[in-house]
Amino acid sequence: MTLLITVFAAIVATLVWYKKAPDNSMRYGTLALMYWGASLMWLVDAIFEYAELGAEFFTPEAADMLNDSYLGLCVVALGLIIWLVSLFIKDPKGIIRKTLLKKSV
Amino acid sequence: MACFLVPGTEAIVTTIVTAVVKHKENNLKKANVESKDISEKIGTKFSTKLGWLNKMLWGGSALLAFEHIWHGEVIPVFPFLTAVKEGEVGGMLSEMGTAGVTMAVLVTAVWIGMVIVSNAIEKRQAENENTGEVKA
Repeated sequence: MTLLITVFAAIVATLVWYKKAPDNSMRYGTLALMYWGASLMWLVDAIFEYAELGAEFFTPEAADMLNDSYLGLCVVALGLIIWLVSLFIKDPKGIIRKTLLKKSV
Repeated sequence: MACFLVPGTEAIVTTIVTAVVKHKENNLKKANVESKDISEKIGTKFSTKLGWLNKMLWGGSALLAFEHIWHGEVIPVFPFLTAVKEGEVGGMLSEMGTAGVTMAVLVTAVWIGMVIVSNAIEKRQAENENTGEVKA
């Protein structure tokens, strides 16, 4: 479930990036690449788990599925927070800088 | 256990490489030396392309590290890894050597694919522009 939720987040972020391209002022590309990186890593994890468990891998317990879904949502939220912090640090539109300068004047 | 440490280590290396490549590109720009790589003349700089790999590796490692905290495999006190605390170093290293290395290789392979495709697109664009100039 964690892999699935991250893949969906990566697809949505990629679609948003594609819709806004070539304007990169919101750095959607960074968000999409982050989610794709995590998705690829979890895909490897899933393949190794499948090699160990076999068909049982596709029939998880309800409690495990719920826990994995909760983890997936938390991962998406953490990805968004990392992206937001990087956006504010880079401040491509200069909004943070302008706001701070206005307040100090 | 600690598979995310392998792509995380690769991310540190590629970030240093990116900084070096960026520095060289800036030096070339200052010296007004044109790059031989046609894709760099009209398209994306190689340091930017390395940035794609950095973002995938750093983002993936960070989110995977969070998953390991969630499952109690990473702890906030020394030695930070449950496997080390419980004396399962052999198992941890084995997992890093299999799953961790495969993760790093897969992300790098996907990035190489992205670079090949973008280079091909840029090369085609450059050829079209050259043909247009000749016709004009």
